[in-house]
Amino acid sequence: MNPDLQDLYQQMIMDHNKNPRNFRVMPDATSVAEGFNPLCGDHLHVYIKMKNGRIEDVSFEGDGCAISKASASMMTGILKGKTGGEAKALFEEVRAMLSRDVNSPVDTEKLGKLAVFAGVCEFPSRVKCASLAWHTMVEGLEPTGKQVTTE
Amino acid sequence: MSPLDVIKIREDFPVLRERVYGKPLIYLDNAATTQKPRAVIETIDRFYSRENANIHRGVFCLSEKATQCYEGARHKVKVFLGAASDKEIVFVRGATEAINLVAATWGRAFLKAGDEVLITHMEHHSNIVPWQMLRDEKGIRLKVAPVNDSGELIMEEFRKLLTGKVRLVSVVHVSNALGTINPVGEIIRLAHEQGARVLVDGAQAVAHRAVNVRELDADFYVLSGHKLFAPTGIGVLYGKEELLEKMPPYQGGGDMIRSVTFDQTIYNRIPYKFEAGTPHIAGVIGLGAAVDYLREIGLDKIAAYEHELLEYGTKKLMEVPGLRLIGTAEKKAAVLSFVLGEAHAHDIGTILDRSGIAIRAGHHCAMPLMRRFNVPATTRASFAFYNTKEEIDLLAEALREVTEVFK
Ligand SMILES: Cc1ncc(COP(=O)(O)O)c(C=O)c1O
Repeated sequence: MNPDLQDLYQQMIMDHNKNPRNFRVMPDATSVAEGFNPLCGDHLHVYIKMKNGRIEDVSFEGDGCAISKASASMMTGILKGKTGGEAKALFEEVRAMLSRDVNSPVDTEKLGKLAVFAGVCEFPSRVKCASLAWHTMVEGLEPTGKQVTTE
Repeated sequence: MSPLDVIKIREDFPVLRERVYGKPLIYLDNAATTQKPRAVIETIDRFYSRENANIHRGVFCLSEKATQCYEGARHKVKVFLGAASDKEIVFVRGATEAINLVAATWGRAFLKAGDEVLITHMEHHSNIVPWQMLRDEKGIRLKVAPVNDSGELIMEEFRKLLTGKVRLVSVVHVSNALGTINPVGEIIRLAHEQGARVLVDGAQAVAHRAVNVRELDADFYVLSGHKLFAPTGIGVLYGKEELLEKMPPYQGGGDMIRSVTFDQTIYNRIPYKFEAGTPHIAGVIGLGAAVDYLREIGLDKIAAYEHELLEYGTKKLMEVPGLRLIGTAEKKAAVLSFVLGEAHAHDIGTILDRSGIAIRAGHHCAMPLMRRFNVPATTRASFAFYNTKEEIDLLAEALREVTEVFK
């Protein structure tokens, strides 16, 4: 397979796509946000339960491509225990990684496992898939009640 | 009928020599837009290089020539569609604008609260939304005829829905998402028996089979030039003369008037009444060139060849493990819409792209239809007469690669 593709569809991404973590509706969530990518039909809900300013639990459910699902799955894993501010800071890091120039380095220290999405920037039409869950999560932190789109 | 010489035809389309990611381009998104033959590109180039002027106004040589070319193209389209007169050919931006024109003029003038417009479950958004807008404005009812699991219109249900209250049936000739060819001749006959008018959305039909609007007895027939090997931004509304005559104008402005005072305006005759402002002159002339090009090759020959591609492609794709075709109508155009195991259409699209294969992943502007088939999206390969069986082999091979990734 083409090396760019190998980079995009890494083992870890395919694993999260197949067995998404925290893939469930959360009845006692403190907030729910909806994200939709009209171009490709990725559609998900992100559920957040805040306690004492920290994300006690976060989950998602919905339908989407491998990239959007894996991104949502890994996001939910990494956000538990973080404050709203920390979650937003991480969102900014993810956004910078996805929109960076291919040849510029990735801050693996800050991003940790999320660095597996570094190859997505080679696929401009897929950046929206990888960022949808993150945009939706940010809406969930400070809900305006609007559906989030990455258009 | 001699078979189509596809090798020679491919030479007519410069873009087919392109490479993407180092691979030869395999263009299988013809339902979205078709590529342009040199005949069209050169006609437009010549127009802008040597003939450009505005039409219907200048008294100088170039303007008269441009007017002739423009009206000459109208006549070519008239012959191409089998219309009764050039007056029945209205130039618009595309199929979308043509449908909106009918809704905004004929619909506004002649439909009233309680009247019904009947469409089908396989319509493109452009044949749904204009009628919803009219519904919200006028209080008409919009009814939807269902399709079966193969993606065919259920004629029995259609007949039941076709009550005396239906004033217009607006139906797609060939479905862009499924490839289904609707029995428009029969639909028109049934509708006329009930006193309803019929608009046929021919966007996906005219590039692939011979269409004769008079034989069909269509009241309106719409198409987009860019799906017919012509430029974007140009399309056609065919309307029966008697209907166009009675319809109020669409937009106001230059060209659509005969005389204007501040008290009163006298509208121009048809089709100019519907062509306000300077039109897409080069587009129209390019469309004329495309129609000439198709006539030379012969649409019957094209239809026969594309049917071969459809049969070959259907067989090849069915051999890919986990692939399920969406749209298996008995009468089909060369469109293969499918889902593949757990792989999402968008991932398939990305993987095929790196093999140089351009296909469409998504809802194909037919979200209600996707819902009907319980899929968020499909992957769609749609063919034209410059595609080959070798390209289908490469598509099937690339799809196997997808199944490897999504094992
Ligand atoms: C069946 C059908 N109708 C209408 C349209 C709209 O055409 P356009 O966007 O050129 O106006 C399309 C284009 O995809 C189509 O496939």
